[in-house]
Formats: sequence, structure tokens, C-alpha cells
Amino acid sequence: MTDITPDGAADKPWASPRAAANVKKRHRSELVLKSLGLGAMGIAFLMLFLLVSSLVSTGWRAFTQTHVTIDFPVTEDRVKADQIARGNYRGLMQDAMTATLPTFSEARPKDLADILSNAAQFSLRDRVVADPTLIGRTITMKVPVSDPYDQLNKGLIDRETPEQNRRLSNAQIAAFDALVADGRVSKPFNWALFTNADSRFPELAGLKGALVGSFYALMTCFLLSFPIGIGAAIYLEEFAPKNKISDFIEININNLAAVPSVVFGLLALAVFLGWFGMPRSAPFVGGLTLALMTLPTIIIATRAALKAVPPSIREAALGVGASKQQVVFHHVLPLALPGILTGTIIGLAQALGETAPLLLIGMNAFITAAPGTPFDSATALPTQIFIWADSPERGFVSRTSAAILVLLGFLIAMNALAIFLRSRFERKW
Amino acid sequence: MTGLAFLLLLTASLLGFILNRRAARSIRATGAPMHSLTNYHGGFSSLLVLVPGFVFLVLWILFQGTVINQMVMGSLPADVLSGLDDGAVNLVLTEISSLAAGRVFGTPAPWKIEAAEYMTALRAAASWLMIAGLSAIIAAALFFAFSRVRADFRARQGVERIILGLMIFCSSVAIFTTVGIVLSLVFESYRFFSMVPVTEFLFGTNWEPQIPMRADQIAGAGAFGWLPVILGTMVITVISMAIATPIGLFSAIYLNEFASPGFRSFAKPLLEILAGIPTVVYGFFAVLTVAPALRAGAADWGIAMSPNTALAAGGVMAIMLIPFISSFADDALSAVPRSLRDGSLALGATRAETVLNVLFPAAIPGIVGGILLAVSRAVGETMIVVMAAGLIATMTINPLDSVTTVTVQIVTLLIGDTSFDNPKTLAAFALGLMLFIVTLGINIFALRIVRKYREIYD
Repeated sequence: MTDITPDGAADKPWASPRAAANVKKRHRSELVLKSLGLGAMGIAFLMLFLLVSSLVSTGWRAFTQTHVTIDFPVTEDRVKADQIARGNYRGLMQDAMTATLPTFSEARPKDLADILSNAAQFSLRDRVVADPTLIGRTITMKVPVSDPYDQLNKGLIDRETPEQNRRLSNAQIAAFDALVADGRVSKPFNWALFTNADSRFPELAGLKGALVGSFYALMTCFLLSFPIGIGAAIYLEEFAPKNKISDFIEININNLAAVPSVVFGLLALAVFLGWFGMPRSAPFVGGLTLALMTLPTIIIATRAALKAVPPSIREAALGVGASKQQVVFHHVLPLALPGILTGTIIGLAQALGETAPLLLIGMNAFITAAPGTPFDSATALPTQIFIWADSPERGFVSRTSAAILVLLGFLIAMNALAIFLRSRFERKW
Repeated sequence: MTGLAFLLLLTASLLGFILNRRAARSIRATGAPMHSLTNYHGGFSSLLVLVPGFVFLVLWILFQGTVINQMVMGSLPADVLSGLDDGAVNLVLTEISSLAAGRVFGTPAPWKIEAAEYMTALRAAASWLMIAGLSAIIAAALFFAFSRVRADFRARQGVERIILGLMIFCSSVAIFTTVGIVLSLVFESYRFFSMVPVTEFLFGTNWEPQIPMRADQIAGAGAFGWLPVILGTMVITVISMAIATPIGLFSAIYLNEFASPGFRSFAKPLLEILAGIPTVVYGFFAVLTVAPALRAGAADWGIAMSPNTALAAGGVMAIMLIPFISSFADDALSAVPRSLRDGSLALGATRAETVLNVLFPAAIPGIVGGILLAVSRAVGETMIVVMAAGLIATMTINPLDSVTTVTVQIVTLLIGDTSFDNPKTLAAFALGLMLFIVTLGINIFALRIVRKYREIYD
């Protein structure tokens, strides 16, 4: 007979203290792995949160813009009736500001006028040119203030910092405070962010040029890559014989999907601009380049969608005498279309955020007017972000964040559309 | 004029469709047994007009400018271009074309005005020639298609053959793109290597790509050794992979093994948002938030840190790569057969032991492939490093230093200046060629690993 231990561990070895300790250790290592995984995900989510919150916290300010309401007396000695467009509107601004702030009469008129944005004189001019009867009368206008005062009004300039380290002197701040006390300062929604094109002055800079440029580029990209991608996918999936050539095409498409985007920029620069002499900075060329990058995405998505259509549908159509192309174009393609559209939208969303190839074809030019055609010089949303991120003025920091929020808004909208399409038209066979 | 030409083409194609369909219908009305549907007869004519007309127009537009410029330059008096280098010749051409566009600065030489007039005349003639050529093509196509309308004409086969041809063309666009990339990179790099020796580029330890503005400029000759640039790329890649790989892998393990289905369905898309954010946004994030935070942190520890550090750029790039690695690893773990997992659990192993000792070794090839693809992305990533890394190439592996990368150099060399006749701009193409080769090599290797692994269990 064997020894019988008091606690009976021999016939229940799993209950021995050693085994219990072992189990405990194993469970602890399980817990460690689990918490490592949770921690990793936590870091990733924390980063996402940091990214979004830092953008929102700096960007939301750019969605409002400080305006001030000023009476501009349009006098005849500043604006001659026969030369309206060439009047001294800068002088008018100075007159109006000294009249509005009489207690600061010892300050130079130029300093007071600098409270207003540089654009004020041009919008004043446009008003008078449009309606010459205004000469001799007083116009009351709401004009944007220049960047430092905008920052002051948004609380971004600390009044406590010593005067010489501040962008605005005590006198300037006092002048602005007088305007605030007068009830002339307002902070409405900044529509100019969407209706103005780029500018060197942050208070005037807007995204219109970039939005139009991005629209043209994406349109070109879509018009080229969508039909070509679908054509290529249909051929490869439905018609191509399994031979060396179609294998080669497939390898090529997979490789293209993994080529760094800057290389596509080099291709566009050398071939489209260098050899074919296409215009620099044009959204058309940008769209062409993006189309080449989007093509693999669309082809791969389309092939997956075509593959998902069950063979019974093809066989049924073939059975009643349809030709192979009729089968594809009348039956398979319409069924695969939701999947194709989803893939296309996702591809276009990637193209919308693509920056490097656009930089190389010069779409980072400083252009103050929205392009009229796809062949005019333009910027795009991501390149505009790049330009603004490089600008030294403080006001551009929040503009950049705001532009990013706009871009992310478009991306989320596109992805939501793709998800909606997928869930709405998804079919279970 | 171009718009008019395209309009003409579309109208003609529509006209062809209507004409042929009507002709086919009238034949059908006689009761003859038609081989093809009437729409196919129309479509045959329409496509027959559209395809060659479109090809003609595109080719014409692509080459019109070059041919006209050649003819104008050829017509110039013999002596004016002698002794001018390429840049000066280009300048003359630009001046002539701006004269032709009506922008006159100062008083140009009479021969330039003459050339500009010649250019204007040539352009007008070219527009008319284009319309004439297009009309000829359209007329021939229409006539040919119309003459084929007969009851026994196999219009459907004709249409399908054209469409098949178009689809084959679409598929070959990928090949054209690859050929275009390779040709442009090789061609421009060849010109670069004819100015700078290959050995200097490959083994030089000094990257200072400037060109002399004057002949007597001190230190004017640029140095084109790419080693510091590739070293900088490697430093940033290593940093980003060192951060992204563990986070990505642990996330994948958690998602695959421990997470409840509800958590998974919410966390996975949230992770993938990180992959969909444009890289220019990450770049701005690095400059705006990460770099100042790192600098402040380093100052607290008393460490000097340059404003653009490899750490900031690599760290932010890691955020972008996390979802990439985690989804690859997730796929690889999911692809391990259920039986292996169940077998291990049935023997009494904990989930952690199953993952680490059974699933992970089985999934390793797929995971390694995914990590390699992430490496190739990190090497080719542009905007984050353009905004957050430095511009000066230094031979350093210190992550707190400012380093530069291949993509940063490509972008900075080509922004603004695009005359392709000096080593400075051509160097970007040489770097692009190396980048293409390196990333292509990694990609092919990674895809081979992934594919080989998949074959084991299928």
C-alpha cells in the first residue's frame, strides 16, 4: 500500500498547494496578457482621443471671427466721384477709426486703422463702386478685425504677459477694449472660412479655393478611375484567360497598391508635366495622378464584389441564351454595384486625403482665387492644410486645425455613406 | 476648340447610334430575321465613331504643343540660339509663348515677335487640322458602320469585341502606370548619374544637395551621398516599428482572444479610423502637440532636444501603423484553424497559453508579413516626416536628433524648382528610384511570406 497523506493530495494532485500555486501563476500570466492587450488598445484610443481633442481645442476658434461695426464717412476728398475705384479707402478707414475712438486721438491713425483687417478697405471700395451715390454719406459696415485683435478677443493673448513680450501694446489693447465697451465688437460664425480663398492674412484666409480644387481633382479622379477600374476588374474576373499576361497584370495591380504615394508624384512630375507639358498646379493633373493611385483599390473592391455574386445567376442567364457580356452587364454588374460603389467611395476618401503627390505637381502654390476650371492653378484641402501649417502667423494654427476638421468631416461623411450603402444593399444569397 | 471637338465627337456618336438603329428597324419591319437586336446595330456605329475619335483627340492634344514648339524653334534665325544652353533656350521658348498669348513685356526683339506670330498661326492651323482630322475619322466610321447594316450582320459580336478590347485596355492601365513609373525614374536617374557618379551616390556619407548659382561660388558643388538620408529613414522606421509592433500585436491578441463580440465590433472600427486619417493630419499633430510635449518632457529631465526629432516623427507614424499591424495580426490569428485552438484549450491550457504557445507560432509568418508591409509603409511615408522630421542630413542614430528621410528629401528638392537640368532636382528621382526598389523589395518579400503561410492550412 502506498502512503496516505493526511490531506489526500496524492489521489487529488491538482489540489496540492504546489499545483494551486501553479494555477494561480498561470492565471496571473493570463491576466498580464489580457491587461497588456487592453493597455495597448487603450494607448491607441488615447492617441485617437488626443489627436481629435487637440484639433478640436485649437480648431473650434477658427469657426468664429471677431468683427467690429464701424461707421465709415465716405467723404469726397478721399474718394473722387470720377475715380471711385482709385479712392483713398485706407485713409477712409483711418478717418473712421479716429472718429470712433476719439479718446485715442494721440495714437497714430495708422495704428487705429490696423485694428481692422486689411480687407476692410477693399470691401468698402466694392460697396462704393457698386453704389456711387454713397459718396458723401456714411456707411455702417461690419468688418473683420486683424489677426492680433482676433486672438485678443478669443483670449489667446495673455494680458498678464509683459508688454514687450506681447504682440499688442497696452494702448492697442485699451483701444480694442474701448470698442468692446462701445458694443461694436461681435463674434459671428466665420462664413469666410468657406467663402474666401487663401490669403496671407489669417482673418481673411478661407478654404474655398481648396474645396473647389479638391472637388475638381476628385471629380477627375472618379471619372477616370471608376470606369477604368470597373472595366479592368470585369475583364480580369470574368473574361481573362488564366495565362501569363493576366497573371502579370494582377501582380502589377497588387504592386501598384503598395507603391509609396510620393513615387506617384514623381511619375506625374516627370510624365504629365515634363513629357506631356500639362499645366502645373492644375487639379486635372492632380486628379489624374490620384486616379492612378485609386485604381488598384477600385479594381480589388470590384473584383471582390463580382466574386460575391453567386454563379447560379450567371448560369441562369447563360441558360436562357444571353451572351457572356450580356450576363455580366445585365445581371452580374447591377447586383455587384453596391459593393463596387462602397469600394469606390473608400478609394476616393483615401484620394481626398492624399497630399504628397499633389505637392510634387505644385498644388501647394499660394493662390488667392478659386479655380474656374480643372486646368487652372489651385490647391486642394490637404495641401492647403500643409501650407497653413507652415505659416508663421498665430491665426493660421487654428485655421489649420479647422481645415483639418473640415477634411475629416468630409472623410467621415464619405465613409458613413459607404457603410450606409453596404448595410442598405447588402444581400445574403 | 477642344471642347467643340469633344462635343462634335459625342454628337456624331449619338447620330451614328440613331441612324443605324433606324436602318436596322426598317429592315426588321420588312420581316427579315435579324441576327442582332437593333440596339446593337446602333451601338456598333456609336462605338466605332467614339473609340478612334477619342484616341485621335487625346493623342493630338498630347502632342500638339510639343510639335508646335519644335516647329517654332526650328524656324528661328540660325544665329540667335547658338551658344545658348538648354535653360536659356527654354527661356526663349517661354518668352515666345507668352508673347503669343498676348503678354508683352518691354520691347521684344523683332525675331521673337515674328516667332510668336508664327506660333499663333500654327496653333490656329492645328485647331482646324484637328477638327478636320476628327471629321474625317467620324465620316469614315459612320459610313463604314452604316454600310454594314444588314439583316445577317453580327452587330452584337462587333460591339462585344470592341467592349472586350476596351476592357483589356483598362486592365493594361496598371501595366502602363508601372512602366511609366519605372521609365520616368530610370530615365531621370540616368541623367542624374551621368552628372554624379553612382559610387558617390551609393557610398557617400555627405548629403548637401545644392547647386552653384555662380561658377566661382565657394562650396558650391553639392554632395550627393545618400547614406545619411537612408540612415535617417531607418532610424525613423525603427522608432515607429518599435512602438507600433507591440501595441498592434497586443491589440490584435486582445481583440482576437479576449474581447467580447460587442467590444470587438466597436473597437475594431475605432482602431481603423486611425488608418483612415490623412497623413498630413498626423504631421500637423506631430508638430502641434507631440513635438512640443516631447521637448517639454525632455527639458524636465535636462535633456537637450532639437525641435524636429526623429522621436516625434517616428512616434506619430507609429500611431498610423498600429491599426495596420493589428488588423494583419488579427487576420493571421483568425486564420489559424479552430481545431488547434480547441485542442489546446481542451488539454487544459489557459487562453493566454493557447495564444502564446499555439496560435502565435502558427500565425507567425502572416504576422511577420504584415509587419514587413508596415515597414514598407513607414519607409515610404511622406507627409508626417516632411512636417515633423528635419531637413538636414546628419549621420546619427540618436532618436533625439533631427534626421531627414528619403521622402522628405524628394519633396523638398522638388517643391518650387522643377527645371530638370541640374543634379539637385534630378537627385530626387534617384532617391525615388531607390525608394521604389527598396519598398518594392520589401513588399514582394512580405507578400510571399503571407502567401506561403496561407497555403499551409488551406
